[in-house]
Amino acid sequence: MAIIGNPKYEERINHHLAKYETKRSAVMPLLFIAQEEYGWVNPAGVEEVAQILNLDPTQVKSIAGFYTMYSEKPKGKYWLHVCTDLPCALKGADEFYAWLKEELGVAEGGTSDDGMFTVEHVMCLAACDKAPMLQCNFRYVENLDQDKMRELLAKWRQEAAEPVSAGV
Amino acid sequence: MHILLRGRDIANIKELATYDKHDGFVGLKNALAMTPAEVIDVVKTSGLRGRGGAGFPTGVKWSFIPQHEPVKYVTVNADESETGTFKDREIMEENPYQLIEGSLICAYAIQAKAVYIYLRGEFWDIGDQLDACIEALREKNMVGENILGSGYDCEVYTHLGAGAYICGEESALLNSLEGYLGQPRVRPPFPAQKGGGLYKEATVVNNVETLANVPYIMREGAEAFKAIGTEQSAGPKVYCVSGHVKRPGNYELPMGATFRELLYDHAGGPLHQDRSFKAMLPSGGSGPIVPLTDEVLDTPMSYEHTAEIGTIIGSASIIIMDESVDITWVASKVTKFFAHESCGKCTPCREGTYWLDKVIDRILDGRGTAEDVKRIADVAENMAGTTLCALGDFAANPIIHTIRHFPDDFAQHVQA
Repeated sequence: MAIIGNPKYEERINHHLAKYETKRSAVMPLLFIAQEEYGWVNPAGVEEVAQILNLDPTQVKSIAGFYTMYSEKPKGKYWLHVCTDLPCALKGADEFYAWLKEELGVAEGGTSDDGMFTVEHVMCLAACDKAPMLQCNFRYVENLDQDKMRELLAKWRQEAAEPVSAGV
Repeated sequence: MHILLRGRDIANIKELATYDKHDGFVGLKNALAMTPAEVIDVVKTSGLRGRGGAGFPTGVKWSFIPQHEPVKYVTVNADESETGTFKDREIMEENPYQLIEGSLICAYAIQAKAVYIYLRGEFWDIGDQLDACIEALREKNMVGENILGSGYDCEVYTHLGAGAYICGEESALLNSLEGYLGQPRVRPPFPAQKGGGLYKEATVVNNVETLANVPYIMREGAEAFKAIGTEQSAGPKVYCVSGHVKRPGNYELPMGATFRELLYDHAGGPLHQDRSFKAMLPSGGSGPIVPLTDEVLDTPMSYEHTAEIGTIIGSASIIIMDESVDITWVASKVTKFFAHESCGKCTPCREGTYWLDKVIDRILDGRGTAEDVKRIADVAENMAGTTLCALGDFAANPIIHTIRHFPDDFAQHVQA
């Protein structure tokens, strides 16, 4: 599909275009919509966002490249952002993150062989009192340990086997 | 009873009916019955200072907005990304209407045409909740045209960032909101001036916690607010405690409570009974580190008292480290943060954070020399004050102050 002319996004795109003084201001919300549609910010999505906003695709691409929440390469169904910043690291986040990568057999920024999980470490996520923690597709998962994480990975694998929305 | 974290006292205060029942919008109604200039005077008199870190007097900031300009904006800084900070998140999750009420009072005081709440992208769910709150308020005629019959019109919108610490810097935030790279602007003009704010119009940029204080001030009066806290630091403050304490979390206390009260009475003291406190970052990664001595513990948490011990209270993101922690590793962690978050616009910050990170890694690896420790101090000192925004200064702090206070932690890694 596409985002232009897609009834799924029409209302949201119009809402964002209406709320700002300039079209250009809508570039960030529209990039999130492109990422939702394609799973990552692919060249087709960049072209469409540029077309809607009357921008050059290069201008849109530079915005996508500046911010960490836009992925410029395909990623797994579940995008795990593990905080390893100082407060979390004081509570064992570095060890937790090293274990998680090993558990999934991936390197930093990599995707598991089954295409299920992309794993990255990130800077502070405003959950320092609930470390170790991560965001899965930008939703908070907190107060983690290895046992809890194993259960979650199994749960997400099971969910993925059922036909559900991929989310953001 | 809490003034900011009211979600802890009143179940469902995130629901409009409940908020309304517990003095909700009394402050807004009082404000609408005054002239905008009178509202600014009340906030000035209250002594409220910005809770995002800089501590600038809020009413004074509002008074900088030129009255004669036809178009003005309020931008709420909800980008909360400072290492160790998680207070705005709780305010918005559990008490969202109080933030919106405070924003509307600010908007009325400067006669803004719209409020934009700039949330860090990871606060996706909070954005959805605030959007629902805004729509609920529209139905009650508290957002949109002719608010509560006052003749004043104001729209409120949310905007999601996408993962960039620098967008918490006010001019970078404005660039990001306009669809440009989130990089700081050259000032002047300042955001409060024509040409310097959102869409080049005069704009107030206030932190979430700052605005969440305003409904109380307009409801109970400036004197009631001033009665809380110290002479130069009025009101309550949410302190975010993380690291090696028994009960990490947010604690709302008056400004001027001591670190000892916060860390022992509320946060439960050291996480491990057999380890003592070693060091504290009282304002996240960006403020100077201090050894956690008795003198520091007995210091009141206020703008003026923390200055006396060589640090800042800033956003009050208080990270505690016990004696097991190697402060060289702390310097490395904080430097990696700033190296990652430097926006790349100013050379001293972009190159400085990159090389600081490399050299500290070398020191931690045992391949560094005493000369390297001097070198990073020198690099840091040359970064401070040379950049368009404060990130360059913030990145210099962890190096300068860790070496100053904990030289032995560096010396143990290097060859003589």
